Parts: sequence; structure tokens; C-alpha cells
Amino acid sequence: MIEFIAGKYNYWIYIILMMIGFYAIIAKGNLIKKIVGINIFQTAVFLFYISISKVKGGTAPIHWDKAVIYDNPLPHVLILTAIVVSVSVTAVALALIIRIHKEYGSIEEDRILRSRREKL
Amino acid sequence: MKARRADNPVTETVSALLIPFMQIYALYLIAHGDLGPGGGFQGGAVFAASLVLRAIVFGLDADEERRYERLAGACASAGVLLYGGIGLLCMLRGGAFLDYKALPFADPKTAYHLGVYGIELGVGLAVAGALLLLFMKTAGSRDD
Amino acid sequence: MTEPVLSLTQHIPALLVLVPLLASAIIPFSPARLRRAGGTVALLANAAALALASALAVETFRLGRVTYNFGGWAPPWGIEYAVDPLAAIMLLLVAFVSFAAAVYSRAAAGAEIAHEKLPYYHSAGLLLVSGLSGMIITGDVFNLYVFLEIASLAGYALIAAGRRRDALVASFNYLILGTIAATFILLGIGYLYMASGTLNIADLRERLPHIYHTKTVLTAFAFLMVGFSIKTALFPLHIWLPDAYTYAPSPASALLAAAGTKVGVYAMLRVTYTVFRPEFNASVVPMKTILLVLSSAAIIYGAVMAIAQKDIKRMLAWSSVSQIGYIVLGAAIASQYSLTGSLLHMINHALMKAALFMCAGLMLISTGAEKISDLRGAAARMPLTMAAFTAAAVSMTGIPPTLGFMSKWHIALGAVEAGLWAVVPVVLAGSLLTGIYFWKVIEPAYFAAPPEGHIPSGRGQAPDTPAPFWAAAPAAALAGLGVLLGLAAWTPAAGAARAAGELLLK
Repeated sequence: MIEFIAGKYNYWIYIILMMIGFYAIIAKGNLIKKIVGINIFQTAVFLFYISISKVKGGTAPIHWDKAVIYDNPLPHVLILTAIVVSVSVTAVALALIIRIHKEYGSIEEDRILRSRREKL
Repeated sequence: MKARRADNPVTETVSALLIPFMQIYALYLIAHGDLGPGGGFQGGAVFAASLVLRAIVFGLDADEERRYERLAGACASAGVLLYGGIGLLCMLRGGAFLDYKALPFADPKTAYHLGVYGIELGVGLAVAGALLLLFMKTAGSRDD
Repeated sequence: MTEPVLSLTQHIPALLVLVPLLASAIIPFSPARLRRAGGTVALLANAAALALASALAVETFRLGRVTYNFGGWAPPWGIEYAVDPLAAIMLLLVAFVSFAAAVYSRAAAGAEIAHEKLPYYHSAGLLLVSGLSGMIITGDVFNLYVFLEIASLAGYALIAAGRRRDALVASFNYLILGTIAATFILLGIGYLYMASGTLNIADLRERLPHIYHTKTVLTAFAFLMVGFSIKTALFPLHIWLPDAYTYAPSPASALLAAAGTKVGVYAMLRVTYTVFRPEFNASVVPMKTILLVLSSAAIIYGAVMAIAQKDIKRMLAWSSVSQIGYIVLGAAIASQYSLTGSLLHMINHALMKAALFMCAGLMLISTGAEKISDLRGAAARMPLTMAAFTAAAVSMTGIPPTLGFMSKWHIALGAVEAGLWAVVPVVLAGSLLTGIYFWKVIEPAYFAAPPEGHIPSGRGQAPDTPAPFWAAAPAAALAGLGVLLGLAAWTPAAGAARAAGELLLK
């Protein structure tokens, strides 16, 4: 049992982080907090990628004379791209929130919903 | 943004010392990206961070804000065009997109290095421009 | 130089993605005069993409498969672009619809979008086209994720450009769901890479069969399917769609409904039939049953909800949920006939839904009509728009001479062939319900007298203005094409779809 938890701890950490993010996306009414949740959610997946790139006894994948085994650099590169994507999503989301705040005067989900309903 | 200026001698002195080093480090990251850790994205992000720091600590007046925005937009666009341009040049000379060996240099190794530098510079410009533009659009006082 | 020199035709796969991408980078940051001409630049870039896609389609059907290696690196080390007949058809479809949308946007997007935002709108439209083409053309699963996100980001921006403030909330909700979907897909790709050590689609196809039963591969498949189901708005993951399509500017709705969701379905097909083989779905996971139930529910639920709507665009949006059900249903049955039907329905829905959303935009421009009740007697005031709307509605319903009939007929035949009799009534009932919700619009427009002193909900007392010709032309052309393609029954289109379906089942 302990081996099952300790031996695969990287997966446990990423799953827990992912669920924390998911919880924030669903349960928080504040739009900014939802975006924070999205970011935690994505970061958990980044962590998963980086953790599977580790090779036992390997060093960072930078050319070095004393190194024998390197970690797999491909997931690092992929995640660099994914981070760029995640930054762009966050930027678009923040820009949207600013405009929502201008139009509705609030970034709380329930107030926005109430304001939309009153208009109808 | 000017109203938010801190007028704090400590932050001003530290930033004034820090900003030039940040920018040189950014250039180092871009130039070093082909063989070591670093590259266009990281370098561009650090460069944008130095300008954002300057804007936060020293404040920007309306005129400067407009100049910053125009510069950022031009950088972002120029970066993408530089990247695409190098790729297209490779294609025009009969290689695949971004096949540096096809660039007009005698030695393929030189062509490869210069090609990567050009690409990293393009990425750096685009990233720095885009990040700065995002900062100006979300934190700036101009409304459009 | 020992490398083989590539000719211009061989560069088409790369150019197809690059041209819209570079054009979209130029528009917003160029000098003011060029910015004002953003619509023209977008139109030219789209025309170029259409020409490239046509040439590529010809080349692909001649050679069977066209590939392109980025940076001259051979797969699986480099990123490969691979075009087979299915991809060629989809690329042509996306290019054609976006060209039509660009013609419309250049003439009439200004009616729904503030003047100073227009360059950004055109830029986002081009970015969407570039992302969607990239998703179709790429032979690398991680590249697929990147293009998916490019297309999604452009989509969020397009929806947020709507003139109502509700557009912002619709866009935000789509952003949340879309990002969850994309992250699931990223996670699925991670598991695939972990299990197989490769990201190249052709390579994955070779390596995966040995490890189909491992938990890692099953997890990867589950995450990918849920992710793409959100992106395609498959019932019950469609909740982002009605608001998004209702509040987006009409040409953006046309583009997203026609091209966006189709490419989502295409990616789903690629994962289930190319990355994984058909045997995997047949023997390892009960994907067929799950998709059959969900898509049948989508067909009926989407159509019933569409009947209940009062707003024209919202009705069209719910209709999309229903029609996506048809496409997935055809794909899920996985027989020769049903796949042909599914592909034909993708073409039909893309052309017709683009025409319908453009008509909705034209109605808003010329009479300010937004609600179905505003359309009483509208046929007399805007005959061309209503005629295009009716033709598209007929093809969407599936009345014999049209393309819509062909596609639904094939899906039903496929169901009979596979012995799935329970599906046949769903196909027929869905068609009937489609007829009902379109009749609800067409009947008052043609047979009711225009009410005295009625003020349409879209604007105040402003008088009727004729719609710009170049905005009405693409809508009419698209609607006419649906009828034409259906009339010439076994046209090259149908033959091509059949060939593509055959390859997929191999």
C-alpha cells in the first residue's frame, strides 16, 4: 500500500493539484478565482509531463562532458509550448474579465447572472 | 498609470540598477538559446518584464503610454514576420519551411546557426511585444 | 546541396497554414490605412488559401497521400504534415466556408462590430482559419493540440466581438470549458507519449496495437474523447454552444458553426480511426454504444430545444447541436455507408449553417429582425435573403433533391446495413423535427401579413435598409450549392466522401 502511494507519488501530486484546480473552476463564483483554478489545472498537467521525462540517474538535458545519461528533453520542450499557450489563454481571459467588469460592474458570477436576468 | 506611481526612493534606485542588467540578461538568453537553456521565449519574457518594471516603478504619462503601445505592437508583428520570413526564404531556396541548410550561406553549419539566431530573435521580439502589449491593454489608462 | 529541391506545389501544405497566419499578424499592427483595409487583406488571404486548398485536393487525389516535413527533418523526429483524401476534403471545406465568410465580413461585418475593432476581428478570423487548417493537416498529435488552442483563442475573441454584453459572458464560459477540454486533450497526448514514446500519428498507429489493453492507453483514449466531445459540443457537453453562437457576430457564428465544430469532429475521427484503429473501438472499448446513445440523444434534444426558441440565431445554434448528433451518429455506426453519410453531412451542415447564420445577419441588417416573431411578412421585404434561408433550411431538413437528403439517406442505410434498426426512427424523427423548427420561421415570413407599427427587437425605429449585395451573395451561393450538390446525385463530392470513408475504415 505504502509502495503504491510512495512509488507513484508524482501521479498523486498531479492528480491532487488537478482536482484542486478543477474544484476552483467549478465552485468559485469569482471569475478571477476561476482563472486561478484554470491555471492550477493546467500546471498539474505540466507537472505530469515533466515528471515522466525523468530518467533514473539522468542529468538535465544540457550538453555536459561528465554526463552519461540525460533526462528526456522532449516533454520539456512540449511543455514550454504548452506554457505559452496557457499564458495566452490567461491573457485572453483577463482581458474578457476586465470588459465584463466594465459592462456589468462586477466579476461575481451570481451578480452577473442577476443583472442578465433583470435585463430580459 | 501615473497616479499609481509609488515615489519610493528604494524601489526607484533598485529598479534603475536592475533594469539594464535584466535587459542584457534577456539578450544573453536569446543569443544563447541554440545550444544551452534559454531562447527566444524566455529572453523576450525577461525583456518585457524589464519594461513592465520600468512602467510600474516610474510611471508612464499618456504620451509615453501611446509610444509604448505602438512599439510593442510593431515588435510583435515584426517578430512574427521575421520568423515567417526566414521560413519563407528557406522555402524559396528549395528547402522545407525552416530548413536552415537552404539559407544562402556557404557552410551549412553557419547557415544552421544563423538561422536559429534569426528565429530566436523573431520569437523574442514577438514575445516581448505581445507581453508588453497585454500589460498596456490591461493595466493602461487608455481606453480603446 | 544534396537535399532534393522542393517545388512550389510541394510547399502547399505549409503555405496553407502560413498564409492566413502571417496575414493575421500583419493586419492589426500595420499603418492605419492598411488597417482600414483589413477586410480586403483578409479576403485576399482567404482567396489564396482557397486556391492552395483546391490545388492540394487535386494533388492528394492524384497521389493518394501528400506529406511535408518541417525543417527537412524526417518523421518521427520532425513535425510532419500529412494530407490524405479526408484531410483534403476538410481543408477545402474550411477554406471555402471561410472565403465565403470573408466576402460577407468585408461587406457587412461593420453592421455588428464597432468600427475600430474591425481590424482585430478580421485578424482573429484569419487566425481561426490558420488554426483549423493546421489541426486538419498536421500529422503530429502535439501539433494538433497547439493548433487547437490557436483556433480556440481566435474563437473566444470572435465571440467576444458580439454587440451585446452577453457575448462577453458567453465567450468567458466557452473559454473555461474549452480550456478544460484542451487540457484533457493535452493530458491524453501525454499518456499516449508515455505509453508509446512517439507523437507522430502514423507512428502511433503502428505502435499502439501491441499495448491496446494497458491502462495507460485506455486513460489516454478516455481523456482525448472527452476533450474532443467538449470541443465538438456533443450532447451532453454542448452547454457552451447556444450562448456562444447566439451572441457572436453573425459572420463569426457562421464561421464557427460551419468550420469550428466540424474540425472538432474531424479530430475525433482521426483519433478513433487513424491514431487508434477501428478494431480498438470494436473490441477494446464500447465506444460505439456510448456514441450511438449520446448522438441519438443530441439529435432529438437539440431539435426539440430548437423548436422552443424565439430568437433566430439561438434556434440555429440549437439546430447545430442536433446536426452534430447526425455527424457523430454516422461516424459511430462505422460502416461504409454511414461514414460516407457522416462526411456528406459535415459538408452539408458546414455550407448550410454558414448560409443560415449569414441570412440571420442579413435579416438583422436590413430589417432589424432578431426574434422569429419579427419576421412576419418578411419575404416581401427581403426576398433574396428569405429564399436563401429557405433553400438552406430545405437542405438541412433533408428533402430529396438536396445534399441533406443524400447525407441522411446514407446514414440511415448504414444503420440498416449494420442491423441497428433502433437508430432509423431517430434519423427520421430528427429530420421531421428539423422541418418543424424551420417551418416555424418560413411560414410567417411567407404567409403572414406584416404587422402594423411593429418594431423589430434588433433596433429602434430605423427604416428598412437593403442588405449589401456582397453580403447577400455568399449566403445565396452557399445555399444554392447545397441544392446543386444534391441534384447531381453522384457528384465528385459524394465519390470523394466515399473514398475518404473507405480509407478511414482500413
